[in-house]
Amino acid sequence: MSNFIVDNNGIKRYLVTINVNGIEYTKVVKANTLLVNFLREELDLTGTKKGCELGDCGSCTVLLDGKPVNSCLILAIEADGMKVTTIEGVASTSNLDNIQEKFLEYGAIQCGYCSAGMILSAKALLTENPKPTEEEVRAGISGNLCRCTGYINIIKAIMAASGQEVLN
Amino acid sequence: MYLPDFDYYVPASVAEACQLLAENIDCAKVISGGTDLLPKMKHGLLSPQILVSIKKIPGLRKIEYVQGKGVVIGAASTINDIVFSEVVQQKYPSVSNAAHTMAANQVRHSGTVGGNLVSAVPSADMPPILMALNATATIEGPNGQRQLPVEDVFCGPSKCLLEKSEIITEIIIPDQAMTGSTYFKFALRRAGALAVVGVAAAVQVENDVIKDARVALGAVAPVPMRAKKTEEFLIGKKISDELLEEAGKIAASECKPITDFRASEEYRRDLVRIYTKRALRKAIDHGHI
Repeated sequence: MSNFIVDNNGIKRYLVTINVNGIEYTKVVKANTLLVNFLREELDLTGTKKGCELGDCGSCTVLLDGKPVNSCLILAIEADGMKVTTIEGVASTSNLDNIQEKFLEYGAIQCGYCSAGMILSAKALLTENPKPTEEEVRAGISGNLCRCTGYINIIKAIMAASGQEVLN
Repeated sequence: MYLPDFDYYVPASVAEACQLLAENIDCAKVISGGTDLLPKMKHGLLSPQILVSIKKIPGLRKIEYVQGKGVVIGAASTINDIVFSEVVQQKYPSVSNAAHTMAANQVRHSGTVGGNLVSAVPSADMPPILMALNATATIEGPNGQRQLPVEDVFCGPSKCLLEKSEIITEIIIPDQAMTGSTYFKFALRRAGALAVVGVAAAVQVENDVIKDARVALGAVAPVPMRAKKTEEFLIGKKISDELLEEAGKIAASECKPITDFRASEEYRRDLVRIYTKRALRKAIDHGHI
């Protein structure tokens, strides 16, 4: 963190090392670089979407040290030394993650814009609570807005991913 | 939406942070969770040239019970730290439940309790329950440390009484005689919504008589407020449904709500009446919940 250089315009640029999806990236960033822009523009990980950019919609959700956060409200410099999981890192092999499979199977993806954030919130929920109730699933994704599905199929997909009976 | 340029400092101690703030008194701001500050900066409402991050100062995120002091919550504890804290859940589930009503999961993982106080939003969810439990804030500055009751931290919408070089370092919920406390929030959605009205009540009940009561209201005045007339009315009286009904009416008359796009003044007053009654009943019957 103490490592920075000053460019010709007098702007400080800081050296940060962030572990994204298991890979350590060391990059030079300005203090005002948001984590979402670091991921999308520096690392080309464009699976993380930008929606409201004010922390309301959840489409930029990533896991920071395992916890879901809005990457539009985190500075890249704040994530220095931390672990970030994006939608690109959810599947550990070339196969989709179970949650992703269930999203496809249950038609929980329509336009797809909320899906990355939605799946990461679901991932965080199921990691903490492998057998959530429907109410807990609803609470778990309450920070992610979806304007297409009406949420029903998303909730069904997450319930199915937890191996539970899907209610109609 | 992009942020303006600024320099970023990560001081290793509170003293170092206060010194940085004092040296850059008009151009530096503290960043903790950033969930309130960064949207304001994106909108151009604030443009500090220096951000001083206090999130990684050792000890500022600790939540513990200290004998003779009470439950001590480090100011950089996130809202979810409070929701899931075993200490808070055991001593004052009401505080952990109040924290859980705030925003949504992602914001609760970033936003901090110190930030929730200093941003001084009238509808903030932590102040009413902390005020009902008579909590104090420890404030540190270049000239040392001072204690301020949480209710005295605010002086207007988005304005608090801290000097620009001062930082809230911890919130202390003292040991108490109160036998029950709770926070009721009315919002337009169950998540991601500000309180239209928030009511916190704490009571000390002995043999069906209210020995002591504290009622704090959110979103119905320029700052979170104590309903002192309601408290005075309740103290020393025998509990009955009529008593609580009357307490609700007094609270409704002493609050000072405005009409805005979330609700009218009239509607807010009626919510205060009902929620004061319900919060008192819950605190009386169920302890700190």
